[in-house]
Order: sequence, then structure tokens, then C-alpha cells
Amino acid sequence: MAAGRAGGGGAARYFTRWYKPDVKGRPCEDFCVLQHSNRICVITLAEAHPLLQNGKTIKSINYQISPNCSRLQNKVSGKSKRGAQFLTELAPLCRISSTDGEEYTIYSCIRGRLIEVNESILSNPAILQEKPSTEGYIAVVLPKFEESKSITQGLLTQKEYEEVLLKRHNNSA
Amino acid sequence: MSSLTEKDKPIVQLLLNTGTCPRCIFRFCRVGSQTLYRHPYKDLMKDLTEFLKNNQQQEDAAGFGVVDPPCKRIRLEHTEEVPDDLNQNGVLKHVPLVNDDSAAVENSTVEVCNVCLGILQEFCEADFVKRVCEKVKSADYQFTSFVFSVSLPPQLSVRERAAWLLVKQEMGKLGLSLAKDDIVQLKEAYKWIIHPQLSEELGVPADGKQLIFISLFRATACPDCFKPAKNKQSVFTRMAVMKALEKIKEEDFLKHFPCPPSSPKNLCVALEIQCNNGAVFVAGRYNKYSRNLPQTPWIIDGERKLESSVEELISEHLMAEFKADSFNFSSSGREDVDVRTLGNGRPFAIELVNPRRIHFTAEEMKELQQTINNSSDKIRVRDLQLVTREAIGRMKEGEEEKTKTYSALVWTDKAIQKEDIAFLDDIKELKLDQKTPLRVLHRRPLAVRCRIIHTMKSEYIDEHHFRLHLKTQAGTYIKEFVHGDFGRTKPNIGSLLNRTADILELDVEVIVDWARNRCD
Repeated sequence: MAAGRAGGGGAARYFTRWYKPDVKGRPCEDFCVLQHSNRICVITLAEAHPLLQNGKTIKSINYQISPNCSRLQNKVSGKSKRGAQFLTELAPLCRISSTDGEEYTIYSCIRGRLIEVNESILSNPAILQEKPSTEGYIAVVLPKFEESKSITQGLLTQKEYEEVLLKRHNNSA
Repeated sequence: MSSLTEKDKPIVQLLLNTGTCPRCIFRFCRVGSQTLYRHPYKDLMKDLTEFLKNNQQQEDAAGFGVVDPPCKRIRLEHTEEVPDDLNQNGVLKHVPLVNDDSAAVENSTVEVCNVCLGILQEFCEADFVKRVCEKVKSADYQFTSFVFSVSLPPQLSVRERAAWLLVKQEMGKLGLSLAKDDIVQLKEAYKWIIHPQLSEELGVPADGKQLIFISLFRATACPDCFKPAKNKQSVFTRMAVMKALEKIKEEDFLKHFPCPPSSPKNLCVALEIQCNNGAVFVAGRYNKYSRNLPQTPWIIDGERKLESSVEELISEHLMAEFKADSFNFSSSGREDVDVRTLGNGRPFAIELVNPRRIHFTAEEMKELQQTINNSSDKIRVRDLQLVTREAIGRMKEGEEEKTKTYSALVWTDKAIQKEDIAFLDDIKELKLDQKTPLRVLHRRPLAVRCRIIHTMKSEYIDEHHFRLHLKTQAGTYIKEFVHGDFGRTKPNIGSLLNRTADILELDVEVIVDWARNRCD
């Protein structure tokens, strides 16, 4: 094990971080995909997401993304994770509404099988804001073996994402 | 009954006329005396002819009393030089061996049997026994008993069936019946004859299960002989032949196959003689002192991540000493590449496949252990010993019930004081709910497992570090218990301390306990 890393800590340091900014053209709705070397991906909110900004309070989190489909109903069995819901890049994982009346949709960002969603944030939404990149994760997704390299091609590296943040900051300044 | 009687005469006469060898004749006459089959071939031929000539009172003399050594032939020497060849049916075939002139002259006295294709003739002779034994000896095996198994050409079952039908018809004329399992099986008769010879040559009994060698025969004769209606395959595998023989009606069989079976020009060929020694098992315990050493070779996408592994460091020397073909490594659990295993070590066992050498004294095992330990400072082995296959099973069972002791170096984000962690020492039998860790989730089912931390003891180092000693139920994921794995292990050190925690180092200290001090 390497020495503990500043900022990260916890489980996140075994993962590579990938970013998808302004998803669906909505400004600052950025997501972060943490990819483990074993190809497992954890979907989280990126630091700049509106929900993580000061003054936002989460009112509700809803994994029922359509009348017929609830991410809570996802069940996987066996080593091969049979029965998983399959997600495309822009498949919604959940909808989160804040007390100011806004609603945000969280997207998968990568293609793959939905392994689990984080049910802890239902009973404790604050954790989503306090520890967005560890305990406040949204979902775990397993990309197809043959796509495990290509799924991150459209995503930004940490460095590229920081440049995006810098540009945003400069533009608003 | 053990020898021929008067009522066998018509059968003996019939089979002899159609080109069947004396030993196959015995088989079809249900002769059960093993010694009779072992008589030299030349004598048997003579005795049978006399038996047919003689009148009744001398019948019992058939096949007894003459003890000339078996006639020696050198024909089989050519066998290995014979190239493979494809006959017109596309079936792999061996070029006849006995067609050269000198052989043909000798062969005038010994026709190749139309039922066994020489199995009970040529392949019972001293030359073949010698050839097999040389093969065994050249492989340089240590062994105390042997098993000889033979794989006969599928064609022989067809010939056997034809001969059986022939004899059955003949007996039917005499008002007698003949069931398929009445006759002595070819393999059985063959072993009666060859086992004592092999046993004598090798100097060990034939009853063991230890050294196994196999002769694979292939028939060269009669490519056109086999056309059962049912068979759709182009290759006549043994199973296909047996199945077809089971299904085919007697009259259909007779339509398609000559009965009696035609006389072959060629012997079948001993295609291959394989030797195999039974596996031996070596067990012991190992320590791992490196944080850069996986337990088994770590290969991703065909590319090696680290140059060695625990199993290789141990097995390398065992393979060399036991002169085995391959090995299978197993252990009571495993540790991660960056985890050390200290204390009395982790139980392991290695199966050595097809070893040449199998006898080691306790002293030699100790030396072997020393060799392993001298060759690397990354691992250390103790209690190295030969064990039975059953002992391996015991190592694997009850893995979940064992208790393990660990030592972890923990980091926290926020500063800690001694008092902040002291309460950990008071926690007993802490129940965890562990979801399958993300780092292994790609190859294991998703589940929540209940695990128990029996006790913990903390050792304060500085504001961000402390050492944690844990006694846990086997199967607890310690790393995840420390950093929480995205909150998927509950509770975890982070949640207990109300901080973000991470694990910097982990050592396994004691694994309790299989085969402790078995050597002492």
C-alpha cells in the first residue's frame, strides 16, 4: 500500500478518477466516475455539482426513474451478476430534488451493468454532501469486459477537469 | 472349468481353421486357468493341434507340461520407425510392420490372429515386455507397485463380436448357449499373461495404484471392415463403436461384417507407451515477508506484474527434487500482494503431478526446506512434510471458523489523541456487515456477509497514525474494515472514530490452526 494520500484517504485512493462535465448541456452538472483496476466503477457527484454548493439542502432522492423502472429493484446474482439492469451512457440513476425547488437527474455516464445503488443516502441524504466521493456515492456499475477501456474515452482526466473548472472560474470572474 | 474338454473340440477346430490364435480360442472356450494362458505361444499351438488329433483320454494334457522359453522375435523393433499414414478412409493408420521378407518367413508359423490382431501373440512376448519396461526404467521413476492399463483398438470389439457370433452359432448346433460375458475378456487374458512378466522385470507387484503406464494400441488391418448402419461419424471412436455394436441387430451385423472375421495381414501396433506416477503431496506453513510478492503469479492480459510469487518460490525447488511434471498449489486462505504473513505462517499444500522421485526421509525434507529458505528472504517455510491427499482436505475445511490475528497501520485524516482510540480496546465481539469489497466484486457475487471482530488493541503512534491489532473471524476483509469501502462495511474504523481512516500496512500474524508442529 502506498502512503495515505492527501485529500483522498479512505477507499477512493485505489481508483482512477474520470469526469463528465455539463452533462446534457446543463451547466456545472458534473459527475465523477471512479474506476478500479478491476474495471468496477463507482458513480459519484463531482465537486462542482450544484447539489454540493453552499446553501443547497437535499429534499428527496428518488431511484424510481420511470413508472416502470426503479433502480432499487435491481438485483444481481452470482459471480457474473445475472439480472443486472443494463445502463447506457445517459441512463438516469436517480433524481434528487433540493429544497429550492430544483430537480437534478444523476446519469450513469458509462455503459455497463448496474451492480448496486447506494441506499444509505436515502436515509441520510446529508452524507451525499459531506462525503460525495466515498460514502455518498450514487451507484456501482460494472462495464463490459471488452468495453472496460473504451468507456472512459469520452471522459476527462482529473487534470483536464481541473482545466475546465479553471476556465469556468475565469469566465465567471 | 480351467482347460479344454472334448465338447470344445468343434469350437477349437472351427476357430483354428478361421485363423484364431490359441489364447483367443481359450477365451472363447471359457478357459479360466491363468497359467494356461502363460504357456509359450509355440507350445500352445502344438498342444492344440495335438489336442484335436488325440482321443478323449489325453484331452487334459492339452497345454501342459512343456516349458520351453517363449520364442523370441525381433519384429517389434521397427515399430517406432513406422511413419503415420492415412488410408483411403481418412483414418489414421500404421504401415504394416510384418510385410518385410524376413518377418514373413517367420510369420509362416504364426499367423496374426483374426480376433486379437496379435495382442495375445506378439504383445505377450518377452520383447514387448522388455520394451515397456525399458520405457519405464528410462523415465527413472521411484515406485513400489504398478498398474498396467491398455487401450485397445476399437476395431477389436467388432472382431470380438463377429467371433462370438460364430462360436455362438456353432454351439447352438450342439444345443448349447453362449452369453456375451461367458467368454474371457481380451484385456483380462492379456493382463493374466503380461502382469507376471512385467512384475518380474520391474521387481514390484502389479496390485498397486502407484505407477501407471499405458499402452495404446492401434490396429492397421481391415479399414473396410466397419460399416455399421448407425454410425454417422467419420472417425470410429471407441464410444461410437461400442454404441453401434450395442444397437446393431445380429443379422445386420452379419450382413456388413465377415464372420468369421477376415484374417489380417498385419499386427496392430503399440502406438504409445505412457508412464505416470501417482501424485504426491507436500504440506507446510509459509511466512511472507515482502509487500511486493503475490501468492500466485500475477498476470493481467498476458503480462506479468511482478516477477515472482510465493507458490513459485516454494514449488521451484520441490519440482526439481521430485522431478515432477507440474504442481498445484493450495493454501488455507490467501493474503494480498502487499500483506505480509508473519507468526507461525499460513498452511499450504502442493500436489506434485507425475513425480519421478517420491521417497524422501524426514532428514531430506528438512534439507529441502532449508534449500527453499536459503534461496529467498521474501518467504520462509516450516514444517515441510509429505502428507496424504486426505490431509489436504482437512486444511481446506473449516476455513471460515478459524480465527486470525492481524496487525494494521492506520492513518486518520483528523488528528487523534491516545484517548480518542483507547475505547477500541474495550470493544468485544463486534459484529460487521460487509458487502463484497469493490476490489473483489468483479469476480465474486454481491452479498452482505456478517463477520466478527473478536478483539482489538490499539497502539498510538502519532496524531495521524496508530497500530491496530485485531483478532477476527476468518474471512473478514480487514482493509475494508479500516477504510470502510465507501461505507459498504459497517461499522468501520472510520465510522467508529468519526474520521476518515485508511490502512497503510497490514500483516497477518497467526492463522489458527491446521497441522501445527506436525513435524515435531
